[in-house]
Amino acid sequence: MLLDALREQLHLTGTKKGCDHGQCGACTVHIDGQSALSCLTLAVMSEGRAITTIEGLARGEELHPVQEAFVKHDAFQCGYCTPGQIMAATALVQDRQQRSAAEIREAMSGNLCRCAAYANIIAAIQEAQRA
Amino acid sequence: MHPSQYQRATDATQAVAAVAARPTAAFVAGGTSQLDLMKEGVLRPDLLVDVTPLALTTISPLDGGLRLGAGVSNTAAALHPEVQRRYAAVSEALLAGASTQIRNMASLGGNPLQRTRCPYFRDPAQPCNKREPGSGCAALGGYNRVHAIFGASDKCVATHPSDLAVALSALDARVQTTGPNGPRSIPFPELHRLPGDAPQQDTTLAHGELITSLDLPAFDGRSHYLKVRERASYAFALVSCAVALEMDGKKIRRARVALGGVAHKPWRLPAEVEAMLTGKKPGEKLFRAVADKAFAEAKPLEHNAYKIPMGRNLLVRALLETSGLQPLQGPAGTAFAASVGGVSGEVAAR
Amino acid sequence: MVENTGKPLDRVDGRLKVTGAARYSAEWDVPNLAHAAVVSSTVARGSVRALDTAAARAAPGVLAVLSHENAPRLQPLPEKVGGTLFRGEGGMTETRQPLQDTAVHYAGQPLAVVVADTLERARHAASLVRVTYAEQPPELTLKSVSQRSLPETFVGNKDEKLQVTVGDPKAALAAAPVRLERVYESAITHHNPIEPLATIARWEQRNGGEFLTLYDTSRGVENLQEVMATSLGLPKESVQVICPFIGGAFGAKGWLFAPPLLTAMAARLAGRPVKLEWRRQDMFSVAGQRAATHQTLSLGASRDGKLLALQHDTQTHASIMSGYTEPCARVSRMLYAVPNLGFSHQLAHLHLPSPCPMRGPGETVGGWALECAMDELAAELSLDPVELRLRNYADKNPETGKPWSSKHLRECYERGKALIGWDQRNPKPRAMREGNQLVGYGMATTMYPAARRPAEARATLFADGRALVQSATHELGNGAYTIFRQISADGLALPLERVRFELGDSALPAAPTSGGSATTATIGPAALEACRNVLTALKRLAIQQAQSPLHGAAEDAIEARDGRLVLKADASRGEDYAAILRRAKLPLVAATASVKPGEEREQYSFYSFGAVFVKVRVDEASGSIRLARLCAVYDVGRLMNPKTAHSQIIGGVMMGLGATLMEETQYDARTGRAVVRNLADYHVPSLADTPDITVEWLGIPDPHISELGARGIGEIGCVGTPAAITNAVYHATGQRLRSLPLTPDKLLRG
Repeated sequence: MLLDALREQLHLTGTKKGCDHGQCGACTVHIDGQSALSCLTLAVMSEGRAITTIEGLARGEELHPVQEAFVKHDAFQCGYCTPGQIMAATALVQDRQQRSAAEIREAMSGNLCRCAAYANIIAAIQEAQRA
Repeated sequence: MHPSQYQRATDATQAVAAVAARPTAAFVAGGTSQLDLMKEGVLRPDLLVDVTPLALTTISPLDGGLRLGAGVSNTAAALHPEVQRRYAAVSEALLAGASTQIRNMASLGGNPLQRTRCPYFRDPAQPCNKREPGSGCAALGGYNRVHAIFGASDKCVATHPSDLAVALSALDARVQTTGPNGPRSIPFPELHRLPGDAPQQDTTLAHGELITSLDLPAFDGRSHYLKVRERASYAFALVSCAVALEMDGKKIRRARVALGGVAHKPWRLPAEVEAMLTGKKPGEKLFRAVADKAFAEAKPLEHNAYKIPMGRNLLVRALLETSGLQPLQGPAGTAFAASVGGVSGEVAAR
Repeated sequence: MVENTGKPLDRVDGRLKVTGAARYSAEWDVPNLAHAAVVSSTVARGSVRALDTAAARAAPGVLAVLSHENAPRLQPLPEKVGGTLFRGEGGMTETRQPLQDTAVHYAGQPLAVVVADTLERARHAASLVRVTYAEQPPELTLKSVSQRSLPETFVGNKDEKLQVTVGDPKAALAAAPVRLERVYESAITHHNPIEPLATIARWEQRNGGEFLTLYDTSRGVENLQEVMATSLGLPKESVQVICPFIGGAFGAKGWLFAPPLLTAMAARLAGRPVKLEWRRQDMFSVAGQRAATHQTLSLGASRDGKLLALQHDTQTHASIMSGYTEPCARVSRMLYAVPNLGFSHQLAHLHLPSPCPMRGPGETVGGWALECAMDELAAELSLDPVELRLRNYADKNPETGKPWSSKHLRECYERGKALIGWDQRNPKPRAMREGNQLVGYGMATTMYPAARRPAEARATLFADGRALVQSATHELGNGAYTIFRQISADGLALPLERVRFELGDSALPAAPTSGGSATTATIGPAALEACRNVLTALKRLAIQQAQSPLHGAAEDAIEARDGRLVLKADASRGEDYAAILRRAKLPLVAATASVKPGEEREQYSFYSFGAVFVKVRVDEASGSIRLARLCAVYDVGRLMNPKTAHSQIIGGVMMGLGATLMEETQYDARTGRAVVRNLADYHVPSLADTPDITVEWLGIPDPHISELGARGIGEIGCVGTPAAITNAVYHATGQRLRSLPLTPDKLLRG
């Protein structure tokens, strides 16, 4: 699995394992620019495709606007689902559409946050999509 | 996970031959269902043939309808302007299903082939005739709140989980396949089967038969999908309903209705029940009568009798909303139209 | 001294968390690490007759197979740790040590651990282990169970008796002009933190003896160190538990010890460091759960709504090897002024996995039952639900008679009413609609005990001007790194950037298990005291230095200001901390502190309070319930960081919402196997379930809890929310639903 290859072989542990069955979103990465679940992706099937993980989002010290917004709005607590949330959110905002709170609720529902920082996640994404 | 070999398909014929030659081989595309069940130890193929290189990823016009390539992602199909405009039920069913990530990955061809969400099927330690023929059905006398009220057998009471399949059944889509015996065209309502004595067989496809496209026939009516679930999003249907309605002036020319979450396959209403609508003016009383008739033969288990009032109410509402007697709960072709109850928050209030 | 404390600062570990750099337990890069997979029991009761591991041992990459046949012998768990009773009725944890015999007490019980060089190989080999059982029929229902008990106390706490009668509730109920008796039931729920349980265990030789390092998802590193040392027969100093980040706990990851014990044993057998990451499916068997409850609430009142009697009787369950009892009367015992008060807890032992605390243990579901019964009583008396509560407002603790340390609940009700527009609603049930949905408003009181425990901390000032404060507490999303750094920076009169706070390591000064919403009140004062102590040490150093401008000054004439020690009378006379250390040729100066709550605990009753108001939309045709809005106002003392506090409270609210509307674990009633065992079937709230939330707090410091005035906030959001929602569903529909969760089937069934 791509998730295990990232975590165990490449030691890129920013991508998280929450359920290992596509039921929580913690393992979200970008595959060819779209959000996808690395726990349900065979590493061998992603050959030749562009994969971005949370580690590849910031430019050096400069955080991605979504990362900035997550910190500013405290859009997480324990931080474990956070990389997946941020990967899903960055994929969402890249089309520059201004989504309503209801649309964000629906589009981001595949990323479970048991700390339930959801209200702050909505605020962070709304800010990031304005950026 | 059972160790498995992996092979990239070079063309459809080769892929079909590779799987057909080996009873323990399987196709893989989006992987969202296949790999999930392999990790559970429910599916144990020893050869995976990756059909994504076949690039069945186009959506094209076909005899006034649309041909949806089996490799098209759920996201791409749901957001395709022609699908959204002409086959709202398809977009609604897709967008009310799973999550953004899964819709990005999952293929249209794989979607109707999802296996049941019956928890006993998904746990290799439990008896299940679908997973292990002859081991018994643990759900029958067990926890069966999410199980079938139509068409079940004493071997299996599982339901089919795909939302898309319910919409395709109501729209009388056709499934194009290529298999060991050449190509076939299957009316969608005939793709899935009832469990009977062989619940291990979800569909009428032969081993090694590959879905190449889902064809939507010409349709100039309105279609709509409604789904009830236990949380506001990212959950399988308790009950769902797809309606395809064609009008003749103020009267119904043809109405087709399929229910999800109630049977081993998308539960297309019997022709005589659908016929109750033909030539009539849409109205709540009529729809209630149809719903009563549709559920007259339902056979609930210990924990799922609620599906009868839920299904009846849903069917009535789906007909009212499709016929315009009640407003949709969100823009046609979106998850908001499909999600009964909508998302939480004041913003969702109309 | 309050430059940082109380400010809504961004989380100091935010950058680590948004870049994926925060390291969780399964993510330590330990050389030569092997991977483990578990074989679990498929039956709920009986014993293992045979365990065939030949195929597993022969599978590629397999290093060892641990089972009862070859597991190291473990000593029994300690009777008590840190004042918490572990064993016996009312005790906290599972008393049976893993893999010491063949007995099976629940389905999903670990029977063997397979260690291999890769995770895939370990999992595959585990699937090859064949187990045969001598099966017995499991006992799985409260009603028919053969083993029952009436535990005396909750986890051995003498102040928390589980069977209590004050006055004569029975007679008072019989004589009351208005009587109401209702049964409320709640389902088994699971914490399901998104980070599953995980342990890495490494054995080494150190100083001629064995040394065990554990990287474990533990919110009680000290506790776990003691449990591991006792179980393995090692001196405590030979075990170190490390956990700088926890991916959520909510009551899990604290009190059940089989996972780290299994990993340590597997590592010893394999002769290599071993990582054991549990699957989500296993979280429904080894991670603890909130047990189901069957609660009978009896209220007796006068016609004008004065409570005369309250009796709250709970039936709940634990496993065969645990005495943990969900303390459902925690709210009933203290919330209202009622002269005749009784409660009881009957515990049944079932062949199900062991329970443990879950956010708001007792309060969440027990408070739900009480606050629903109060709503029913209000309806019976045609009183406004808020008014009924005001008529029974408790000015002192009704069970103990002690005064509250600080209580401003009336203000919470008032403000909450205004926020939601309570008086604008039509109070009649089924009277409000939006589109095709019914609309309802509901409210409930919430509370949470404000605990404080003993703790230690150490503060160190370095010659380069930086400082470090340490305590073995935990970061589980509670903002511990942030608020204790804020408090420490103020305690040291240093800017935030120059202070670090370290936690999550049993080698650090002792701190209790993080739980019971007690961390702020416990660690905050310890950190402050350590800061004071290190500054005192520095003052003494300066006073002795001939060249120091503070030479010869009286200790209490000196104060710390902006990173300098200066004379109180003349701030221009002084110097920065580093100068003093450099002159003394010291790299650092350090001091510890050991603090504990004092007599105030005997004098006052410490609680937080709040009022929760909600608006729901009910789609009656489908049984779907959605929360439109939640407005809650809390009296929780002073907040250390309103930003992180807000997150913690709304997180609690959402967990309460989950318990109310959707969370439920089912076990097969015949076999005891979990049939809800993944996150597709166990619904935790998603973003789409999030209402518009307005959360406020009064911000009135508690004058007695500690010098910080801060009570805890981790759980109070979870309490109150379930009853507010349930009462709102009644207002919307006219239906009283008395069984959690309120899934669509229940509304349709009526």
